[in-house]
Amino acid sequence: MSKQPERIFIKGNEAIARGALAARCKCFFGYPITPQNDIPEFMSSAMIKAGGDFVQAESEVAAANMLLGAGAAGIRAMTSSSSPGMSLKQEAISYMAGSEVPAVVVNMNRGGPGLGDIGPAQGDYYQSTRGGGHGDYRHFTFGPGTVQEAYDLTIRAFDIAFEHRTPVLILGDAILGQMKEPITPWEPEGVDDEAGRDWAISGRTGGRDKRLIKSLFLAEGELAGQNKHLQAKYDSWTDLAECEQFETQDAELVICAYGSIGRIAKSAVRKFRKEGKKVGLFRPITLYPFPSADLKKLAEEGKRFLTIEHNLGQMVDDVRLAVRTICDSEFFPIYPGNLPTPDELEAPILACLEGK
Amino acid sequence: MTEMNEKLVFDKPESVIDRATHYCPGCHHGIAHRLVGELLDEMQLTEKSLLIGSIGCSVFLYNYLNVDAVEAPHGRAPAVGTGVKRARPDNFVFTYQGDGDLASIGMAEIMHAANRGEKISVVFVNNTVYGMTGGQMAPTTLIGQKTTTSPAGRCVAHEGAPIRMAEIIASLGGVAYAARGSLDCVKNIRAAKKHIKKAFECQVNATGFGFVELLSGCPTNWKMTPVQANERIQKEMIPYFPLGVFKDISEEGGIC
Ligand SMILES: Cc1ncc(C[n+]2csc(CCOP(=O)(O)OP(=O)(O)O)c2C)c(N)n1
Ligand code: SF4
Ligand SMILES: [Mg+2]
Repeated sequence: MSKQPERIFIKGNEAIARGALAARCKCFFGYPITPQNDIPEFMSSAMIKAGGDFVQAESEVAAANMLLGAGAAGIRAMTSSSSPGMSLKQEAISYMAGSEVPAVVVNMNRGGPGLGDIGPAQGDYYQSTRGGGHGDYRHFTFGPGTVQEAYDLTIRAFDIAFEHRTPVLILGDAILGQMKEPITPWEPEGVDDEAGRDWAISGRTGGRDKRLIKSLFLAEGELAGQNKHLQAKYDSWTDLAECEQFETQDAELVICAYGSIGRIAKSAVRKFRKEGKKVGLFRPITLYPFPSADLKKLAEEGKRFLTIEHNLGQMVDDVRLAVRTICDSEFFPIYPGNLPTPDELEAPILACLEGK
Repeated sequence: MTEMNEKLVFDKPESVIDRATHYCPGCHHGIAHRLVGELLDEMQLTEKSLLIGSIGCSVFLYNYLNVDAVEAPHGRAPAVGTGVKRARPDNFVFTYQGDGDLASIGMAEIMHAANRGEKISVVFVNNTVYGMTGGQMAPTTLIGQKTTTSPAGRCVAHEGAPIRMAEIIASLGGVAYAARGSLDCVKNIRAAKKHIKKAFECQVNATGFGFVELLSGCPTNWKMTPVQANERIQKEMIPYFPLGVFKDISEEGGIC
């Protein structure tokens, strides 16, 4: 990490764009949708200045397929969108998973289903962690909770994408995208701009053997082999799972929440702690791979769990899967259309704490 | 006994891999592949080429051409090609697409890639049906043509009229070259090769987007012999899909 001690005051959207730039992203393909527009707006000039390219695509379908092309060519590239646009990107994401094309995709989650609203929500958790398109696949998913983390994880996302030849999703929401915070930008060292030299399509210069990037496997046993290979890759990610634990050590009740809600829950936990109440926070940073082992450890210590999400209950499935042999998790939903405050989380946490 | 002197007068282009074809007898995809292969050889583009495969009978083109390739989802080859070309502007990038792929599900992608003037080349094989899935109606199916999903024949009032892609593409700003050829007879095949060459040159010279439509036979789904299929192209397709060049600014220095 080269030193760049300056502090800048920026929105989460801009942090992601700047993080991508620091990670030497060279191509960006976008399509307007609230609340992520700052990203393509920033990238429209930043990519050109960086010696790369920017395309405002005709649709999210096209943007994601452009990303597939740039990734197959071994170039660091990114697209961003919000929920309705993410549905359209799933086709290309499935193909990228199937043909092992590295790329970074950003979703600033808004309310749904359908057109929903343009406010924050976490309704895309399932789509983001189960392989949102067709077929048997997963992809790496980060759930940043602060603007600094959005910057940091974007840089990580590019490394993971190329190291594991996979699409990587950064799942934020309208709060993270639109919120301004001071951050310390930094630049990673030793980024390999030619990380695809051994597999990317680049032309058979020098007469080397041709390369083929595809997801069609028709010969007998071929697709099963490919799916096994993909699954082994996903299994190898277990050790890369990350979480933040706050005041969990002596906690009786652990709140499980990710992203912006994780951050709001942290404020509530602080307040409870001041009152001497033994509440802690477990905030997954990687949503896939889910940090199940860490959560299970807490369950083994006898803690109880309350999952809070800005949806009607999605991540709670992963929490329950992690602790299923020991205990269960309560769940409290926050409906889309409102911006929850720490105060609003107090009543459900208290009720849980007191066993009601 | 005198020894026979054999002289090979018609070889495979180097860019085309020597393997058994999977196409039906009389299918024109093989001819289109060969024309592309000959031009890659002649224009010395093989090593620079990045092929964007599409979904249709020609999805296996990447098994026949000795070039780097990526497989695009159905209809999205122009978008994938855009990404590849923007990422590697020094390479030669081309798509090869059927009429279901390009003129139906991929209509948005082809129109916008053309309109943006992407420096890519598109070979468009129009056989008036969805060949790979069993001969269903395509946007190019002729009026009255019976297919598995238009058993009574295509009717304008119900299904709309067949789309003339080369003319539509020619009307877009970023296009440097748009033409239609046919693969039904030797004369037309030779003309078709010239069209493809022009389209490729537009990319090599960075003039703009190059597009060639090729009227092609699908004897299997037309339920015809190869000879009948060639006759059908002459008698039914060419009158509706006229051959020729619809736009050519390759000599004008291109579009900014
Ligand atoms: C999203 C999607 N929809 C449908 C299909 C099924 N499909 C495969 S090939 C094809 C039609 C291809 O027809 P065309 O483009 O005309 O090519 P041809 O086989 O005639 O050369 C279709 C519909 C698919 N693969 N993907
Ligand atoms: S179905 Fe038609 S297009 Fe496909 S290989 Fe056979 S003849 Fe060619
Ligand atoms: Mg067809």
